[in-house]
Order: sequence, then structure tokens, then C-alpha cells
Amino acid sequence: MQLNVNGVSRAVSSPPLTSLLEVLREELAVLSPKHGCEQGGCGACTVLVDGEPRRSCLLPLAAVGDARITTVEGLGAPGDLAPVQSAFHDRYAAQCGYCTSGMLLAAHALIERKGGPVDRDEVLDALSGHVCRCTGYVKIVEAVMAASRGQVGAEPIEQPLAPEPSQPEIEIAGSPA
Amino acid sequence: MGLSDSEILMPASGADAVRAFGDGRDVTVFAGGTILMPMIAYRRYPQRARTLMLGRAGLNQISADGNVAVGAMTTLAAIAGSGVEPLAAAARDVADPEIRAQATLGGNLCAPPSRQGPRGDLQAALLAARAEVRCAVAGRERIEPIDEFLAGLDAEPRLVLGVELERPRRAAYSSQRRPHAHSYAVMAVACAELADGVRVAAAGVAKRAVRLRSVERALADGAAAEQASAGALDGLEPQDDALASSWYRREVLPVLVRRAITQLGGG
Repeated sequence: MQLNVNGVSRAVSSPPLTSLLEVLREELAVLSPKHGCEQGGCGACTVLVDGEPRRSCLLPLAAVGDARITTVEGLGAPGDLAPVQSAFHDRYAAQCGYCTSGMLLAAHALIERKGGPVDRDEVLDALSGHVCRCTGYVKIVEAVMAASRGQVGAEPIEQPLAPEPSQPEIEIAGSPA
Repeated sequence: MGLSDSEILMPASGADAVRAFGDGRDVTVFAGGTILMPMIAYRRYPQRARTLMLGRAGLNQISADGNVAVGAMTTLAAIAGSGVEPLAAAARDVADPEIRAQATLGGNLCAPPSRQGPRGDLQAALLAARAEVRCAVAGRERIEPIDEFLAGLDAEPRLVLGVELERPRRAAYSSQRRPHAHSYAVMAVACAELADGVRVAAAGVAKRAVRLRSVERALADGAAAEQASAGALDGLEPQDDALASSWYRREVLPVLVRRAITQLGGG
């Protein structure tokens, strides 16, 4: 059968109950969706199916049919990133990167659906099934909110202020500082 | 027999699905796939000669004019947004938006308990609302009360086509979850006020959801929430499993019952 991945029709021959995740990674070498838990619990494999975020590990090939599949490879390109990708880059919202593709796609779908600024609770709901084991959620949530407001790229990044030292730093003899 | 040897059937209508299901003896019914796909990944798929995939069979309508009818392939997301309580609250309580957009009423209803704990997040709500299950066996459609459907689920395969219920006058739902979106609720209590009184049901205290008849009787006798919830454990022996101990369930069930009754405003 043919599978529409990132706007390109690709021939696939995996058996019908093969997960979309496995078809993408093993047969088509589209590697941004990650094998995490393989039971729908982590969100690392999330792709867009006709624009809606779905766990690719839970979708059998037979159920995909002629739906449009979008992965991070189809979201943007180096030098031409989608707003949510730019915001993740600007705001250090990726650490090890394993959850990032799923987070980006779920966030992108939320922003597209809302069509304007999203609030914190909406981000938390949309990403509630996405696990970041580096626990970098603060910057991820900030990046999604910023992307929804168009605060990407040239926008100056507001750095959180360092707390004022309440007393002079104590020099320790022999320390490399 | 390998997974790829199972013949895939994709009926294009409910009637086709009933025909393809036949007596159901050699059929694995595949609805949303949120339970079966992990079973494939873990080599625990209930392999049979034929796999009946219902994704294109329709069966996904909700009608709520007067009585409520919900098709088997209606997603939990659609139920969560339907305003039909206590079903909507129970559906909202499941996992995250992506899972709710794929998981179905029929799959949830037929889900066997997992190795780790109970499944079937909607069972208590359906039981409280006195839902009836429209299903098919050997080409014949029938409708049966949800209690009977659940009790007979292991003995005779049936193809669920949908559920029907009288819209409750008032309803309430209270659950105890673990913190992560994807943990099954440890326990849930649903209440529904129907024309002939309040029904109360609990999930997570037995293999499948059960009615709490002592609580119902106490409410019918005019008991307040505190007093009515004292009988929550009558006749029940909650199990130990990976989600919680029997002791914990005994402690928490009466609290959930009290909260649900209070929420109903009838306590």
C-alpha cells in the first residue's frame, strides 16, 4: 500500500497490524518518532495524522489508510523552522531530545487548532501524555506558549534574573575559582 | 500461527461488521487499538484466525435527543464532550487527549482486566446510568442490561454495536487516580438519578464494575452522604493489585462514595 508521509507517497509492504511507528522507522527510515514505551504512555512516538496528534505506536498500518502523516521531518527544515521548533531552540526546551519530536508535534497541533495564544493549562492538557525524563517541562511549556504568541527567532529572550547575592561570595582557599 | 496470518476484515458498515463477526469464535475484534497494539508489541495479542477492524464500520454516532444512544466506535473524546453525564466525566478521566481521541466506547466496555489492574473506565458510569448494550451474536442483534452483558462477557463472544440509556436527571462521578495521565484510575464511583431513584456503581473494587446496592438502599431511605457511604463495602472484597492494596481500597471507597453523593447534591 501507499503511505502519505510528509507530503510524499511512499510504498510500504509491512503486514497490516504493524504499528505506524515501526513502519516509519524500520521500513521508511523516518527516525524522528521514537520508540519509548510502546504502549501509548510516553508520547515519544506521536505523529500528526491528518493534522491531529496520535501515538504512532498505537496505530496499525491498516487503520492509517490514505491519511496524511506528518513527522518532525515534515514540520520544518534547517533555516526554515516551524514556530514551535524555533521556540524550542531559542528557549532551550530540548535536553536529551528523546521526547522532543512528540512534544513538538503535539504542541504544533495545539497551536494550529487554537490559532492564537494558548494558555498554560491548555499546554499542560495537550502535553499531559508526553513524558520528559530529563524533566525539562518548565522550558517546554514556556516555549509552546511563546510559539503561540509568535515570540520566536528575532524576539529577544527574557532571561530569568539571577537572584541578587545577599552577601559577598566566600572565597575558599585553594578553590579553582 | 504468526500475527501476519490473521485475516484482516475491514467492514464498511455496522451490518457488514455483524456478518463478518459471525459467532465470534475465531475473531479478534479491533476497535481503537489502544489496548491491542501494546499487546502486539509485547507478544500477547489474542491471536485468532480473523481480525475484525471496525475503524470504517461507522458505529460512531451519539444521539442525545430524549434517550441517549452511543455507537460502539464513538471515541472517549467524543463522549467526554457530549455532556451526557456521568459518562462524560468518566471519559474525561481517561489518559490524555491523544488516547481519548483513539480509544472507543466498545473497546473500553469489553476490555478485560489487565495483569496489573482493572480496566474499563466507563463501566461504573454505564452501570449507574442503567445502560443497555446493543450487541450481535451469530447475526442476531439483541439488547441486554449492562450488568448481564458484563457478567456474560467471558462466556460468549458478542459484538458490541453501542449502548442506550435514559439520560439521568442528575449525575456525579468521583475517582481516585495516581498522578500520571496514563495510570488507570485506582477506583471510581458514579451516581445517576433516574426516574425511579439513585443508582451508585463503583469500578476498581472487583474484576469488573459493581453496583453498590447498600448505598442505593440507604439513599432511597433518605440517608445523608456520610451515613449512606458507610455501607459502601457491603459484600465487597477489594483486591490487591499493582495499583493499590485491598486495605487502601477499603479506606478510600467510602470517601469516593461520599464525595459522589455530595456532588450529586442528594446527600
